[in-house]
Amino acid sequence: MADLSVDFAGIRSPNPFWLASAPPANSGAQVHRAFEQGWGGAVWKTIGAPVLNVSNRYGAWHYGPLKMLAINNVELISDRPLETNLREIREVKRAWPDRAVIVSAMVESTPEAWRDIVRRIEDTGADGIELNYGCPHGMSERGMGAAVGQVPEYCEQITRWVTEAAKFPVIVKLTPNITNVVLPARAALAGGAHALSLINTVNSICGIDLDTLEINPSIGGKGGHGGYAGPAVKPIALNMLAAVAGDETVSKSAVPISGMGGITTWRDAAEFLLLGATSLQVCTAAMHYGFRIVEDLCDGLSNWMDSKGFASLADLRGKSLARISEFKDFDLSFRAVARIDEKRCIRCNLCYVACNDTAHQCIDRIELQPRVRESDCVGCRLCYNVCPVENCIEMVELPSGRESVTWDQLSKSQPEVTSDWDAMKKYRQDKGIEIH
Amino acid sequence: MLTENRLAEQFAPLTPHEALVEANRCVYCYDAPCARACPTHIDIPGFIKKIATDNLKGSARTILESNLIGATCARVCPVQELCEGACVLNSEQKPISIGRLQRHAMDYLYDNGVAVFPPAPPTGVKVAVIGAGPAGLSCAGELARRGHTVVVFEKRHLAGGLSTHGIIALREPVQVALAEVEMIASLGVRIVEGVEVGRDLSPAQLRSDFDAVFVAAGLAGTPALDIPGEEHIIDGLEYIETSKLNPAVLPQGRTVLVIGAGNTAIDCATIARRTGAERVTMVYRRTEREMSAYPHEYRFIRNEGVGFEWLARPVAVRAMDGTVTALECARSHDSTQTFSLPADLVIKAIGQKKTSIAGLLGLETERGFIRVGEDLQTSVAGVYAGGDCVRVKGAASTVMAAQDGKIAAAAIHAKVSHG
Repeated sequence: MADLSVDFAGIRSPNPFWLASAPPANSGAQVHRAFEQGWGGAVWKTIGAPVLNVSNRYGAWHYGPLKMLAINNVELISDRPLETNLREIREVKRAWPDRAVIVSAMVESTPEAWRDIVRRIEDTGADGIELNYGCPHGMSERGMGAAVGQVPEYCEQITRWVTEAAKFPVIVKLTPNITNVVLPARAALAGGAHALSLINTVNSICGIDLDTLEINPSIGGKGGHGGYAGPAVKPIALNMLAAVAGDETVSKSAVPISGMGGITTWRDAAEFLLLGATSLQVCTAAMHYGFRIVEDLCDGLSNWMDSKGFASLADLRGKSLARISEFKDFDLSFRAVARIDEKRCIRCNLCYVACNDTAHQCIDRIELQPRVRESDCVGCRLCYNVCPVENCIEMVELPSGRESVTWDQLSKSQPEVTSDWDAMKKYRQDKGIEIH
Repeated sequence: MLTENRLAEQFAPLTPHEALVEANRCVYCYDAPCARACPTHIDIPGFIKKIATDNLKGSARTILESNLIGATCARVCPVQELCEGACVLNSEQKPISIGRLQRHAMDYLYDNGVAVFPPAPPTGVKVAVIGAGPAGLSCAGELARRGHTVVVFEKRHLAGGLSTHGIIALREPVQVALAEVEMIASLGVRIVEGVEVGRDLSPAQLRSDFDAVFVAAGLAGTPALDIPGEEHIIDGLEYIETSKLNPAVLPQGRTVLVIGAGNTAIDCATIARRTGAERVTMVYRRTEREMSAYPHEYRFIRNEGVGFEWLARPVAVRAMDGTVTALECARSHDSTQTFSLPADLVIKAIGQKKTSIAGLLGLETERGFIRVGEDLQTSVAGVYAGGDCVRVKGAASTVMAAQDGKIAAAAIHAKVSHG
């Protein structure tokens, strides 16, 4: 059985699954229960400045009969008194010494306020602090959360206040609501951060009620943007994780990253690990199904690691990162075509209409059977994506008969081809590239 | 004992959530096989997609655009043989429940009194329709949508034809058929009940008052078996009609025999069983292989606990003091071999006779059915016919009748519009 244990900037946990700083980690009773069911750690729901919450604070995006493809929320940081939270954190950590107990915090942007909260959290015996620079709603209007995370200079400054005061590891949680997530990541490192976590929730409006024309959910007739999380944000999170983990400054610093954003199953978890995450945080999936999901998160991940021969998480961490590439480095001679298994095909013709109406017009319908004209197929993969039958359409790699070349190489070796249409036309002719 | 609820509609309506889940299961085929398999070519993926997007009015309209009898068809169509039988999901999983989704959309329309078609500007063309069954209503509605003035003459006191009278309530309650009639009337169609051509209205007047005539008179009562004691046998169609419209006087039996093995015979057996008969047996002169009932109907009646007497030809009904005691039968292949089946109620459902309408209007016939061309015009110019009264080939069904009404309406419209 694979070793799922984690050492995250000195913070240890028996498995990489931590409850994210969110409603599931709002109280001692909840975190106790989560640990009983096997969670490796918890990032306590953000504590800090006093707040008041509203009703109808969680919205959701349902897709057809699929519930909660994403959740969106305007819940603020913990609305329980600071002392209550600190007391419960102390109790939980004492009861669960092998689990990671990290406390998310967000206070007024003054060195005194941050020094004070660091001291009080350290007093509980917690393993570390996570700086919530990501919360996109409410707190940001008060100059906290995303208002800090979106400005690298603030991010660096506040991180420095904390790291100068703290004796335990400081994790900086990054907001996705920014053009280039790498900049605040570097700023956090410049401020002395020991680890990063990402992504926080994405700005979003979940919908409009078509009867009342109010924002959905309606908060007394009003509504506004809230933080978006859950399965729908996973691809965005993976991209940001790869950008941060693959950044030279970040990778040289060797700080660990806690990955999150839509992790629902062990498969999602494995993907985050392969793109460089050391620990993982989960919120929406737990909010949808309860803490019990951790059993399969661990079991599935462990079985998969066994099947792949990964003995520990370190064996697989970042394994797919090197495969992240830019377009300019893709092999332009790579060729794949779609092939339809006519024995499996149910003749729904979704591939036909998709290709014909919206892609490259290379599927014919012979009688009722869709058939790919391989010579014209550009291998765009739309048909593969729309086909409802498993393993019916396959993308088959074919020799292109051309030498490998990337756009980068081409623009260096034959700059005219990449800048002039006539030269491009001639190049295509010479190479036998026909685009119908 | 009459347990009315045992004849209540067999399937509960889908809940909105069930409908949503089912609608989202549909893969939304391009040039879908289900739509091709539907005799009226309803855009099935189209109406299902609209259920998925909660556009029930649009969904119902999509159905009605192709089939004005959509609420009946949703219930009585042999979907296993048609749309659902053609569904691409038969290969791996269950086909989409197209019939029940169609019912979901149609129920929305009729439960909420939603109108989907605006009135058309009147053309002044007058068309008479004889018979207010599915074919007549379909034709009348299609013509009214094109602005023609349509009068439907129905000899019974309730319109709807077999939908109202002849289909077991288990599959189609009377209210569904009557809601459909009302919708057709709301399109501007005048439906005159209790008027029979030849009795209350002369063929000559029909021809002089109207620019075209569509004959959708259906078929008549059950033919005679010509056996002694036949007067004690109950007509199957009348039996079903009584069960729907006047269940308090439905004839009761403890041991019931149903002569015939078609879908109507199965309905009769079902009613008998569900209204308290202890033993119900279907008596058929041929074998399981030749029976005309749909396979799913046969499976259904087997599960109802109804027995079969194959290769049995009725030869006489025995009665004592006006009460049936037995049906005497002979083996079909050997008339010397006779046997007696005890019974206190005998029902016959062995097909239907032809009506006298063809003779009255001077229409040519083929094996008793009205002879029509591709466009459903009869041998008399301006007189069209459709539905069961022309079904010389193929199985008579509601959906075919609905399609006939559409075809005839298009032909009549073309004729009156372009001469």
